Amino acid sequence: MRVFVAALLASTATPAIAQDHSGHAVSAAPPPAQSECEMEAARHRAMGHPVPEGSCVPEASTSDEKPADAGTDHGGVDHSHMDHGAVGTRPIADGPAPAAAGAGPPRAADAIWGADAMRASREALRIENGGMSYFWFQGDRAEYRAREAGDGYLWDVQGYYGDDIDKFWFKSEGEGAFGEKPESAELQGLWSHAIGPWWDLQAGIRQDLVGPGRTHAVIGVQGLAPYLFEVDAAAFLSTKGDLTARVEAELDERVTQRLILQPRAEVNLSARDVPELGVGAGVDTVELGLRLRYEIAREFAPYIGVEQEWKLGRSADYARLAGDDPSVTNYVIGLRFWF
Amino acid sequence: MSELAVSRRRLLTAGALGAGALALPAWARGADLHGEMIRPGFDEVSGRDIALTIGEGARIVQGRRGHAVAVNGSVPGPLVRLREGQPVRLAVTNTLREDSSIHWHGLLLPFQFDGVPGVSFPGIGPGETFVYDIPALRQSGTYWWHSHSGLQEQAGHYGPIVVEPASGDPVQEDRDYVLLLSEFTPLHPHTIMGKLKKGEEYFSYNKTTWTDGYGLSGEQRRMWARMRMMPTDIADVTGSTYTYLANGRGPDEGLEYLFNIGERVRLRIINGSAMTFFNVRIPGTKFWVVAADGQNVRPVEVEEFQIGTAETYDIVVEPTGEAHAIVAESMDRSGMALAMLASRPGAQANVPALRDPPLLTMADMGMDHGGGGMAGMDHSAMDHGIPSRTRAAEPMDNMAMGGMNMRDTSTLPPDVAVGPGVDMVSMNPVDRMGDPGIGLDKVPHKVLTYRDLVALVPNDDLRPPSRQMEIHLTGNMERYMWSFDGKKFSSVSDDPIRFAYNERVRVKLVNDTMMAHPIHLHGHFFELVNGAPADRQPQKHTVVVQPGGSATFDLTADEEGDWAFHCHLLYHMHMGMFQIVTVAPRGNRTDAKREETD
Repeated sequence: MRVFVAALLASTATPAIAQDHSGHAVSAAPPPAQSECEMEAARHRAMGHPVPEGSCVPEASTSDEKPADAGTDHGGVDHSHMDHGAVGTRPIADGPAPAAAGAGPPRAADAIWGADAMRASREALRIENGGMSYFWFQGDRAEYRAREAGDGYLWDVQGYYGDDIDKFWFKSEGEGAFGEKPESAELQGLWSHAIGPWWDLQAGIRQDLVGPGRTHAVIGVQGLAPYLFEVDAAAFLSTKGDLTARVEAELDERVTQRLILQPRAEVNLSARDVPELGVGAGVDTVELGLRLRYEIAREFAPYIGVEQEWKLGRSADYARLAGDDPSVTNYVIGLRFWF
Repeated sequence: MSELAVSRRRLLTAGALGAGALALPAWARGADLHGEMIRPGFDEVSGRDIALTIGEGARIVQGRRGHAVAVNGSVPGPLVRLREGQPVRLAVTNTLREDSSIHWHGLLLPFQFDGVPGVSFPGIGPGETFVYDIPALRQSGTYWWHSHSGLQEQAGHYGPIVVEPASGDPVQEDRDYVLLLSEFTPLHPHTIMGKLKKGEEYFSYNKTTWTDGYGLSGEQRRMWARMRMMPTDIADVTGSTYTYLANGRGPDEGLEYLFNIGERVRLRIINGSAMTFFNVRIPGTKFWVVAADGQNVRPVEVEEFQIGTAETYDIVVEPTGEAHAIVAESMDRSGMALAMLASRPGAQANVPALRDPPLLTMADMGMDHGGGGMAGMDHSAMDHGIPSRTRAAEPMDNMAMGGMNMRDTSTLPPDVAVGPGVDMVSMNPVDRMGDPGIGLDKVPHKVLTYRDLVALVPNDDLRPPSRQMEIHLTGNMERYMWSFDGKKFSSVSDDPIRFAYNERVRVKLVNDTMMAHPIHLHGHFFELVNGAPADRQPQKHTVVVQPGGSATFDLTADEEGDWAFHCHLLYHMHMGMFQIVTVAPRGNRTDAKREETD
């Protein structure tokens, strides 16, 4: 008890450096001897200048060092030079480790336990601290689509296996009407490589599973654009020489912590007419959707929504020729999930 | 508990007594096929030889059941009580089906007994017993131990250490208690890791929404969205899965510390959590902070402090009421751990509701805004007119926002690897040791900051550092990547940070992320360069670097060998925010040169 009290007294009796400048401590025990320097420092602090506590206490330990006087050292301090202004009384040169620090990998434990004994745990440590791979599967859209010309279905799933930089990425999309053959179905296998904090470059193969069954080379980018748009843009070159492209963007607007409104847009483009696919040159199709999902869990979210599809230009003509409406409105109910 | 005689200097392991195993329902005892039920609270072990057994079992906290990795059958595991100047042998037996380990957090010891598999030793295999043969202890104070294998720490593999001083303790008290803060989750730690990696802010339910009460302007919301970042990104794992624990007990499970009015109570507060910073306060009561990370400091009177993961603070309080709540609120305010200071068994004080969740600010983005030097100011004194962190109406300068570059990599030193793992570069990383921590700058009472810490006894190495080095804390929230200098440990495991033996170095940690990181160096104490006189810079083993800011310490590298150096947020470490510090062998140097050389 006595020692503790002594410690408290010591605290009270110490110069400003040890003082707590907050309200109660100051009122309880004003600094016993406020030097001119300290008053000057206080004045600067009041003006919002960064004068570190302790600026007025000469560093007894360093005899050749000039006293760290607040008036000269910090009084006119340039705020951009916070390096020494905030934390120290003088700059210390940046430098590499001296030769005496040695070189090479850290192997001190080998001398104690033996290199063989250390090998397995050392490798495990490396993998466990940043070297792991992950598997992800997402059903972004798995939905029932109610529409005038017969109800249908759609799936849009993707996933990956890989580490932070390189992944194997797969995607599959397809849709159709119940009781008929699928209108479209495709599978993509991509190598995905992180090219920036928010973007992956993806390249690989796309196989169409219905219709003429074409194979395409794929190159694209997927990631997060400013304002938090999830973007997936890819170009496809088929074995028949057809060059097409697809750009998708989604945005999550949180209404509450679990209720999320998701606008979505998709544009398909083609470099030329591909009559057997019903694709016209230029803008082939445009889709605009709005889905409202409720995240029962983050990874399990039923939704309802509406999506409008337009076929444009020559694509619209092909659709009319085939007896289809180039403009279709889908009322959708579905599930978004991932694991 | 109440019948225990009041004895000075006696450490009561509160929690081990109140509702021990017997209080569990019968179905929870012994009938479980997966092993014994794990008890909350802890026993105490001491002596020249100490035996510890790592096991596993089921655990129920407030009705939720999970799998636990536990030492000697309890979470937290036993209080290891040691004595300065005495050697100790700790025989640790691993009964798990996987490797395990114990790291003695904060103890100075030969590196081969530090307990980090792959750095200091091979680990403890299934069925093996490893003996940590630790020579006479060179320190006293409050520390802790935990697994350094996989993610076992999250599952309950941790416990307190108290090292009694060899001669009189400058802190005198009538009662001496340990309060170890941690988390319980029914999820497997690898499940949490997967959700952090694949989900977007998976555990946060305090996000901005159309209907939130944050009071951000539309312009501010668009600014955050344009940056692809979230102002609510305070904690990665939250009360949506965690139950916050005091000595292994949830807030409804009644941890109680008894006192008699007029007594002085010492609380040794240990943040043994995996991912949580806590705001600790005893509402309506001031208390003294008397030690930080086991090292005595000049007593500082405060009403609240934020404790980063792996830090410890000893406080002394003289309770005057019938009961006082000890509230440890998670930094994101999604839950709290709770204990009661009670003058008689069952006495209850009001427990305040969780305060509103805070938001990140300009300062957390690394923007030197307003007074510029505010980080160097004592906020409690200079509060008015220097807005630095506020819940809503911070005057964000939209003109400044227009031209800003949140990732100007040209300002980085050349040894920082710029790549997908770096989503932000702090524009002007000011020293933020004067910052009380996220969400606490506007509270109407005194909150501890690092600038308040002054070593009680003079430091023994008064040489000025011979060089300065800068280490950048880097990350990518969207991809959930974390690293030092843009390089995950997996890519630099053979390229350690090297120091010459007994070299004195100033290390500046620059936080290029919007999260606070508690950075821990094994086997050493470093001195915070916090404005205290050179001989009184406080010694710590873990330092919190505030978002967008910097923190600087002076290190005397006088413990030879390889040492882990990492962010103590468990999942940040496992994403790669880990390095090895190699201190060259002492060789034939006769003795540590500690005198001033200039």
